[in-house]
Amino acid sequence: MTTPPAVVPADHSGEFERERVPDRALKGPTAFWGMYAGEHTAGTEFMLGPLFIAWGATANSIIFGLLIGNLLAVLTWRFLTARIATAQRLTLYYKMEKIAGGKLVVLYNLANGLLFCFLAGAMVTVSATAVGPFFPSMTMPTFDTMLPTGPGWIAACVIIGAAMTLVALKGYGFVAKVGHWAAPWMFLVFVACAFVTLGRLESFDLMALLTPPPGTVTKISFWGVVFFAWFCNAAMHLGMADLSVLRFAKKASSGWASAAGMFLGHYVAWICAALLLVYWVRFHGVDPTVGKDPGTMVNDAVGWAGLICIIIAGWTTANPTIYRAGLAFQGMVPGMTRSTGTLIAGALCIGAGIFPAFAMNLLSFVGLYGTVLAPIGAIIVVDFYFAERCGIPTDPAERAGAGFNVAVLLAWLIPVAVAMYCYKYQGVFASFLPLPCALACALLYIVFSKAFGPKPATA
Amino acid sequence: MQSFAKYLGLLALAATIVPPALFMFKLMPLAAMQWTMLAATFVWFATAPVWLKGSD
Repeated sequence: MTTPPAVVPADHSGEFERERVPDRALKGPTAFWGMYAGEHTAGTEFMLGPLFIAWGATANSIIFGLLIGNLLAVLTWRFLTARIATAQRLTLYYKMEKIAGGKLVVLYNLANGLLFCFLAGAMVTVSATAVGPFFPSMTMPTFDTMLPTGPGWIAACVIIGAAMTLVALKGYGFVAKVGHWAAPWMFLVFVACAFVTLGRLESFDLMALLTPPPGTVTKISFWGVVFFAWFCNAAMHLGMADLSVLRFAKKASSGWASAAGMFLGHYVAWICAALLLVYWVRFHGVDPTVGKDPGTMVNDAVGWAGLICIIIAGWTTANPTIYRAGLAFQGMVPGMTRSTGTLIAGALCIGAGIFPAFAMNLLSFVGLYGTVLAPIGAIIVVDFYFAERCGIPTDPAERAGAGFNVAVLLAWLIPVAVAMYCYKYQGVFASFLPLPCALACALLYIVFSKAFGPKPATA
Repeated sequence: MQSFAKYLGLLALAATIVPPALFMFKLMPLAAMQWTMLAATFVWFATAPVWLKGSD
């Protein structure tokens, strides 16, 4: 007896990558609170907090803008991502395959894999700054550094990146465990940095401390900060990458767990990290637009525990990122092993890490990352909420047996191309782009699907 | 064993955050604070795998 080609065999890996997650594998909310808290307290938080100071964000923007933006991110996770995840219980990739066709998923994998590599590269850059205090002669990059600072810097990035890649080759089970163990301690190290800085600045008035000195050029508005906080993880919530995680949740209310990541990692940790640069500006005369590398600032505040924190925070988040990028590349080329995919991802990540430009432009990079990937989530939202009302089929590629849904491709690429033009030539802040791009993609998808999208064969 | 690791782990977390708080109020010198935090780091990573076993 042969298996019909349309029937996908059950997944025995325990990950249910090509089937609905069964009830026996569902998890309660506590699993998600810990996971989100750990995943969003990363090495890059040491870079993002000071970048707000470098961009001249006002105290109101940092304290209230981040609060609003993070709240909006949590609401997006709860009412869009978790709602769809718990209703359908499929991975993003499998859901995409049903809507866009397997061949188009390959293109998505390429975009996703490359962006993952650059993100992991930024984490390598941040981790490499922890080496600086041990080698005072090594020039550390600052916010205006775009190129490698010298052979020592390159060696540090290669060694750290290679170590991360080698561990990723083994799978990321062990690293996920270390990340789980490290999460509460890492968060306290961020808070410890703030305590030390407040003690040195002899003030507890956060509003006064975070107010930029007179004459500071404000490069990011209140709404810029709101949109940055909302969309720095656009790929995960609006872009639906976290369908893969939240499909295991018993109830959609587990989406509230994202609050742990947003308010501990993207609020408290960012403000703590921002205070470090405030201290260096006020007491060491550092130019805020040039900044100071995280390794030096954290070592100065809390010593070697801080350096260990930078390395572990970078490692535990870069490692799964390299692993996922490897899987994305593996999915593109038939016959490629996961190890080869991971090695390619690791090499790209090391290359990106050597060039500090990616880490130093993280405020723009994560906005572009969301701009490219969030529209795919908008298509899933249309398929879930509006397809029947708009008279277009749900899961059209699967039902029509199509491998490549041109309606999805055009609805995705046209808004992204316009957004890239606006970013490059009109100077629009990258974090303002994911929302209009996703909305435009959703509308175009409806129009194109009606016009020439794959239609299910009638019986 | 697990409950011993839990108490030791909690102690390590306390030793990570209390010294910086004491430094903030000028009740502890910087060097002592930093060394205490480093010791707490080692204790935390020794106890957390035992304490959090099963919840990974």
